[in-house]
Formats: sequence, structure tokens, C-alpha cells
Amino acid sequence: MTADKKLEKLKNAKKIGESRSPMQDAMREFRRSKIAVGGMIVVVFVAILAIFAPVFSPYGFEVQNLRNNRAKPMEGYDITETYAEEKCHWYETPLEWGCTVFIAGSDALGRDLFSRIVYGTRVSLAVALAAASVSLMIGLIYGTVSGYAGGNVDNLMMRLVDFLYAIPLLPIIILMTVYFNAVSRQGSESPLMIWLIGLDKAAGGLLFVFIAIGALNWLGMARLARGQVLSYKEKEFVEAARALGAENGHIIFKHLIPNVLGPLLIAESMAIPGYIFLEAVLSFIGLGVTPPTPSWGAMINEGYSGLRSNPHLVLFPGFALSTLTLAFNFMGDGLRDAFDTRLRGRN
Amino acid sequence: MTTTPLIRVENLTKHFPITRGIIVQKEVGAVQAVDDISFEIIQGETLGLVGESGCGKSTTGRTLLQLHKPTSGKVFYKDIELSTASNAVMREMRRNIQIIFQDPYASLNPRMTVGSIVAEPLEIHNIGTAAERQERVKELLELVSLNPHFINRYPHEFSGGQRQRIGVARALALQPDFIVCDEPISALDVSIQAQVVNLLEELQEEFGLTYLFIAHDLSMVRHISDRVAVMYLGKIVELAARDELYENPLHPYTQALLSAVPIPDPVLERKRKRVILEGDVPSPANPPSGCRFHTRCPIAEAVCKEEHPEWREAVEGHWVACHLAK
Repeated sequence: MTADKKLEKLKNAKKIGESRSPMQDAMREFRRSKIAVGGMIVVVFVAILAIFAPVFSPYGFEVQNLRNNRAKPMEGYDITETYAEEKCHWYETPLEWGCTVFIAGSDALGRDLFSRIVYGTRVSLAVALAAASVSLMIGLIYGTVSGYAGGNVDNLMMRLVDFLYAIPLLPIIILMTVYFNAVSRQGSESPLMIWLIGLDKAAGGLLFVFIAIGALNWLGMARLARGQVLSYKEKEFVEAARALGAENGHIIFKHLIPNVLGPLLIAESMAIPGYIFLEAVLSFIGLGVTPPTPSWGAMINEGYSGLRSNPHLVLFPGFALSTLTLAFNFMGDGLRDAFDTRLRGRN
Repeated sequence: MTTTPLIRVENLTKHFPITRGIIVQKEVGAVQAVDDISFEIIQGETLGLVGESGCGKSTTGRTLLQLHKPTSGKVFYKDIELSTASNAVMREMRRNIQIIFQDPYASLNPRMTVGSIVAEPLEIHNIGTAAERQERVKELLELVSLNPHFINRYPHEFSGGQRQRIGVARALALQPDFIVCDEPISALDVSIQAQVVNLLEELQEEFGLTYLFIAHDLSMVRHISDRVAVMYLGKIVELAARDELYENPLHPYTQALLSAVPIPDPVLERKRKRVILEGDVPSPANPPSGCRFHTRCPIAEAVCKEEHPEWREAVEGHWVACHLAK
């Protein structure tokens, strides 16, 4: 190395006062794991697909042409070259007879499967985001309050969690959904039901999926948050804050939540594949989204009766589902390794 | 040195309940961490508090600061009683009394920058604007010999000694006049211990601070203290001026402790007679009757088993709790 280069390097070296936060450290660690970065790339890609679904999908998810039903992948129906050149503008005349090429084939109603898979990312990601943020919020607040209060309050709050854990929520959700769907078909007078139906429409028929997943998963988050708070509230820096005259709100928001949030976020990122899968399960048994909104679970359900003759109806949405859940899993693993400083042998 | 007491502790007791039961918790006993102790700390002095692990030194410090509510007894700062003060009064009082912790790794929030850690007390008490606080933080960092440019760094980037300095800067931010030093050097390397102790001494001189210095290193306590109190199993057994205590210990426990201090002279060291105590410290949940030390005391007599020794002034300014000490 020449002297000039050395000088240059010295100039670029870290100046006093520049510093890496624990967050920056973690991100550096995260970037080292190829598989985690790969997972994140897939997740970001799927997110882009979801946001710009109309751009990426050749046709609308609800446009159907019964004459084109159950087309095989890459199959175009009746494309005669002259006809296609003169009359077909596929982006303008969706599913016009003789103009279509189905990249991933079409379903029983002649809807383009590829477009439906692209639109299906919206449902999966909406569920992932909504369920994660709902269970994080409830779990964080409930667990922090319980752990910080301690004593009898803690005991009572945690016994309630145990109680809810013991109830099989899925059958209750199923009953509620069936009832709700029946009422919403009939129409209702009660303001609560009207409000709920409105909310369900706004959520694209996913309201009960959100409720189900939120109700099932905040319990675990609350337990985790409580455990973390219990260990952090005995730390000396919390005692130092108390000695300085800090009030409970200050201690909770400045000292406890920032420290508890990390492990909770990691737990959420590991739980997201479960949420996506649960939505697929609910849709598979007919309790998820309302048709024609596409959901991967519902698409697999529709396709699996004809598995032998038209395997692509199950394979493509199944592939999409497993890719996304795997990607989230890898990303979650990477985040856990990056934030779990004990694995790095550092304080 | 004036002789007005800054801190007065009267019959301070702290028992931690031991409970049993899952839903209905029944109190089945108590750990008598601190039991009926009284002492005064004079303005500007350093009172050393020594004793082996688990004898209630730290609990004394924390109960004094009302971080633990005392079971009974009173703590006065000047003439204000802290043990019954309202939350608002106590909040104001916290500007005057502060604490430095033992473990410099646990006492700083790993998610906060040094700047926000040192500014935290100012923030809690709404002192100054953000810019003024920043200035004050830089001053404080300089005061404890840290580079003020470190303001945006995180605790994990510092060594133990540096972290302890950050803890000192935080304790000084509100300009207190009394600081409980809860084993501030026990977790540090020997070479760093001297630095921190010297820093504490310099600060004491500069700001007229009063310290309660908790430690188990007898030589260090001798170096820094004006008076020394010795604790055993939740009780203060002896309290005297430093030289008086080290040269003329009256309580057999103090004598045993001091005989364990090595002498940095091979000739003298070879002649040193050690008083070796037998057995372990009894459980503070079930302390011995009478004098708590009688189970291990080399000179114990029948009276020690039955009666609590009186806390008396054997020589002027030299207090001891022993039936047999002269």
C-alpha cells in the first residue's frame, strides 16, 4: 500500500463521535447471512407485487370467460396469427376469445391464474401485516402492564391469558363467521352489525380472518413481553431511573419498551408464516375471503378436486404460498440471529 | 469539617417477606436484610460501609434512598423525613440524593446513547431546553474525564471504567449533595479502581459531596473513608473513625475481618495472625438469637446467646454492639 493510499484510508477512518447503534450492529450482522437476505428480497419482491398488482397482472382477478376454463399453463386458445394481430390487444381486451395466453393457465371459471396469484399476494401480506401489528400491539401493552405491575395484578392478568389459551378459539371463530355471513346476506337493522359489515367490506371480507388471527396470537406475545419486562425491570438502569425520580410512564416508554420490542419483533417475524398459513387454512375451509377476492388458500381449495387432470391449479398457488412462508421464516431466523447478541458473544 | 448530620438513619429495618402459595400467598417468614440500624452521616464526610456479601450493605443504601420502602424506621435528609415523604416531595429530594451502582454493565440502558443517559435526569426534572441540556451533558462528561464527543455513542462501546464514569456523570447531573456509592469499584479491574476512586475524591473536594461508600475491599475503604461502619447479618456491629477502627477494633467480627487484610510487607505478612471464623453466615431469614455473631464468635459467652448487645459508645466516637468489648 502506498503512503498516499494509507493517508486516504486514515482520512476515511471512523471519526470520533461517529458510532454504531445496537440497531446498526444488528443490521450489519443480518446482512452477513445470505439466506436471510434472500428471504428479505423475496418478501420485498412480493410486497412490490402486491402494491403494483394491476401492473404485473395481465388481467383482472375477477374477469372470467367460461369458454377458456381450465386452460393449461402457457396455453393460448385459438390464436390464429392474423386474428391476433388485427384484433387482439391483450391489455385492452381481457380474455377476448382467441386472444389470450395464460401464463399459469386458467381456473374453472376461465380466470387467469397468474393474475389471481399476483392479486393473492395482497391478501397474504394484508393478513401478515394486520395480524402481526394487532397481536404485537395488544401483546406488548398487555404484557408490559402485567409484568411491570407485578404481584396480584400480574397474577390475575396472566391467569386470564391461560384461560383464553385453553379455549379452542378456532371453532368459535367458525361459528361467528357462519353467523356473521348469514346476517350480512340478509341485511341487519342493528347498528353494530351494520358497522361490522361495513368494516368487513373495507377489509375485503377479511375481518374475521384478522379477528381470528389476532385473538389467537396476542396471547403468546403478551407472555413473551411480560417475561422480558420481568427481567428488565430488575436491571440497575431501571433502578437508576427510579432513583432519579422517573415516573412509571417514563420507565415503561423510555427503558422497558425499547428493550422489549426487539425480541417481540423477532417473535412476530417468526410467527408471520403461521398467520399466512392460517389465512390459507381458513380460506381453504371456506371461512376466509369472500369470492371473487383471490386468496392462495381458497385457490388451492378450488383446484384440488381436479388435482389429477389440472395439477397446475394447486401447484402454482401452493408454490407461491410455500415460497412466501419460507422467505418469512428465513428472514425471521436471520433477524433472531442478528438481534440475539448472546449468540455473538458480546454484551 | 462541620458536624451537622446530613443524613440521619433511625432504627431502619427492611424485611423482605417470604411467601408461599400459588393463588393465596401466605407470608411464612421474612429475610431480615437490614434490622434496626441507626447512624448519621455528617456533611462532607465519607462513611464507609463494609461487610461480607449478603449482610445487607446494598439494601441499606437502597432503603436509605427509598428505592425499597423501609419496613420500619426513619431516614432524614437534613430535617426532612424521607421515609414518610409524599411522592412529590420525594421527587424533589431525589435531586439531592443520588446513587452510583456496582455493575457498570447493567446500570446503563443499552438502547440509549451516552448523551441521552446523562441527560435523562435533566429531562425527568424538566431542566433547561434541549440545547442547554446538551451543553450540560458535555460539561458533565468533561468533569468525569470523558471525551464530550462520545455523546452519541452507545454504552457497549465503552470499557467498564468508562461506563462507571458515565454512571457518575448521570448521578452528578442534578448536582446532588449526597451520593450512595453502591460498590462502585467492585466490578472493575484493580488498575481502573484507583482511577474511579480518585475521580470520586476529586469530585467530593470540588462539590463538597457526602458519600456513603459501600464496599467489601477493606483497604479501599480505609483509603477513602472518614468513618467506617461494619455490618454483619443486617446489623451494624461497629462504627468508628477510620484510623480508630483499623488500629483499635473492638468487635471480634471487625478484628477477624481486619486480620484478613494482607500486609504488603513479607516480613510482617509472615507474622500476621489470622483470626479464622468458623462456619458460614447464618441465614438472614432465621438469624441467631441474642448477638447475631455468637455462632461464629471466638469469645462468645452465655450472655451472647440470650441478649441483644447494646449499641453503645465504648470510646468517644467509637460505637460498638458487643457484650464483651471494652
